[in-house]
Amino acid sequence: MATNRYVEHAPGYVDNEGPKIVTGRFGYADSYTLARFEATGGYEGLRAALAGRPADAHDVVRSATLLGRGGAGFPAGVKWGFLPPGKFPYYLVVNGDESEPGTYKDRLLMERDPHQLIEGCLITCYALGLSQCFLYVRGEMALAQERIAAALNEAYEAGYVGRNILDSDFSVDIVLTWGAGAYIVGEETALIESLEGNRGMPRLKPPYFPAAIGLYGQPTIVNNVETLANVGWLMVNGAEQYKNYGSEASPGTRMFAVSGHVRRPGVYEVEHGVTTFRELIYGDNFCQGIRNGRELKMFIPGGGSAPWFFEEHLDLPLEAGPVGAAGSMLGSGAIVVMNDSTDAVKAALRVVKFFARESCGKCTPCREGTTWEEQILERILNGAGRPSDIDLLLDIADNISPGPYPVAALAAEGLEAVPFPPKQTTICPLGPSSVAPIVSTIRRFRHEYEAKITRRDPIPVRAEVLA
Amino acid sequence: MSFFTSANLEMAREIISRYPMPRSALIPLLHLAQEQHGWVTDEAMRQVADLCGVTPAEVKGTGSFYEMFKFHPVGSYLINVCTNISCMLVGGEELLEHAQQRLGVNTGATTPDGMFTLEEVECIAACTEAPCLQVNYRYRLRVSGDDFDQMVNDIAAGRADDLPRHGTLATVRQRIGLDRVAQIVAPEEAREAPVWLKRNDPTADRGAQDRVVS
Ligand SMILES: Cc1cc2nc3c(=O)[nH]c(=O)nc-3n(C[C@H](O)[C@H](O)[C@H](O)COP(=O)(O)O)c2cc1C
Ligand code: SF4
Ligand code: FES
Repeated sequence: MATNRYVEHAPGYVDNEGPKIVTGRFGYADSYTLARFEATGGYEGLRAALAGRPADAHDVVRSATLLGRGGAGFPAGVKWGFLPPGKFPYYLVVNGDESEPGTYKDRLLMERDPHQLIEGCLITCYALGLSQCFLYVRGEMALAQERIAAALNEAYEAGYVGRNILDSDFSVDIVLTWGAGAYIVGEETALIESLEGNRGMPRLKPPYFPAAIGLYGQPTIVNNVETLANVGWLMVNGAEQYKNYGSEASPGTRMFAVSGHVRRPGVYEVEHGVTTFRELIYGDNFCQGIRNGRELKMFIPGGGSAPWFFEEHLDLPLEAGPVGAAGSMLGSGAIVVMNDSTDAVKAALRVVKFFARESCGKCTPCREGTTWEEQILERILNGAGRPSDIDLLLDIADNISPGPYPVAALAAEGLEAVPFPPKQTTICPLGPSSVAPIVSTIRRFRHEYEAKITRRDPIPVRAEVLA
Repeated sequence: MSFFTSANLEMAREIISRYPMPRSALIPLLHLAQEQHGWVTDEAMRQVADLCGVTPAEVKGTGSFYEMFKFHPVGSYLINVCTNISCMLVGGEELLEHAQQRLGVNTGATTPDGMFTLEEVECIAACTEAPCLQVNYRYRLRVSGDDFDQMVNDIAAGRADDLPRHGTLATVRQRIGLDRVAQIVAPEEAREAPVWLKRNDPTADRGAQDRVVS
């Protein structure tokens, strides 16, 4: 069995000895300094990009099929192409708001390798002619803010950021900015609102991408931290080498945080699209199976917003296509594993409670619906459920996200799958996300709901506490 | 009369200068106000409004959307225990209960000596290190009941060097020297294609001229 190479100064990160594109420096205690960055090939990607035309840098990202790591998995190179010609200025906004339940990767990248992120931002600005970059870090992440501020100060000083970068005619400012605690600000249009000094409430679509109308009404590229962290490596090593890792549809590597009832929870960089859930959860190089000899009951494959998976999904590869066809999503790279001692109703309630708390309140189905869902689940859990409550939950779910849902359950029953993501009556996907844990657990563990409603279950059931 | 000290006022102006529009500095300035005073007062909001060119009501309206801003006094040490799914699975709720007992306050309340405020929070992005918490936004990972007691004792005895005062977020600030700043201007002053783009693609400016500037 492989030894646990848990890196003390990067808590949570586990080196699985696989290929490394974004976590390569995590093993160094001083990985966040300019000196270490430069000594390990840092800013070579920027130099390589500046030696060529802006369009060349864009081409590398496009042909590498670098998929967005923030949740939707949209190819970055394609999104970059949506900027309307001539409508200057263009802006870059980096989404470092990481708050999806179970997600833990962007914080590591910001704390452990801020220069890698800065380099990715610089190359992106060069490639697309962006005038200014805003690095929006989640409010609660004090250390990430400090590390990025320090890194930016060093980089400005050394001539990597600011006017006439590396004595070229390329000039751009990168500004560290930060939030103040609101999950919904992770949604890109809400993030832009927040950056404009407003309440972080999502904007009405269309336009579907802020690339058309974004910050201050100008074309704006919003990308996730991990997405941009790949860009420097890509410039040095090229798209072809990137494609040597991962699958054809999902090249490269990707960071996954695996938490919950596994022996060795942690953040792993794995090959995208080829590693399976089973390897990640049970593999010796990875999580080494379920703790305390228990069995798997269910797992969340892509953060709190994703519909839940079960035993039969273990052999799916970590790739958007197959996971989507099975009715869920890889989302933000967060896998939460639950063992057979987990109370399905209680687990669903906890995730729903999160969405009820974090709803921005702009649309009624989400604002009211998530609260109702929470109240009903709570009374079921507390033994005060009514026989009609299960149907009531499904009805509310249907009002937020109409139509058959989720696809996974349908497919399991041999019914035709509808496309994922589901339809929504709301402005953003937060409301529909609250439906995922409810429908997933009712379809699979309806008997647990019924047992609680008819009070045949000892309630509430406690989770297994860390020994 | 100024709410901000003169050093902080200078800092506030510096922060504003980094954005194309002053209003974008609203949230950072509220953090600065909270850092100075421990919580956000009406006086602070009036001055932030002045500096950002908005009304005090807009400052309150925006600020009250965000959980980190406190509009009433809180303890010197804000303890945020995560009970979201990954933490719940391995004892986050039990940790919160333990914290309530140890501190003798309910969630949301402050100890009578003004030392600790306890809050239940959503996922703080340390899920693999559950159960976890933050004290004044600094992490404590894989926290057991005993760890919690030890932590509280240490803080009370002044042995928690890595914890700044409540309200102080980052102790390292971004500085952009005037000699290095590229160009931070309002959008209407930046309608032309950036030079490096034009050099490589003379048609990059197409469309910029016939754009209606209102
Ligand atoms: C409710 C909600 C929360 C989101 N939170 C985040 C987040 O914390 N971080 C992030 O990068 N993207 C988040 N996203 C996705 C962003 O809207 C956006 O798609 C992403 O930042 C784009 O970057 P990418 O293309 O590089 O993935 C969220 C989306 C929704 C609907
Ligand atoms: S779905 Fe919910 S979070 Fe999204 S805009 Fe509507 S109310 Fe706000
Ligand atoms: S669930 Fe507690 S830190 Fe993520």
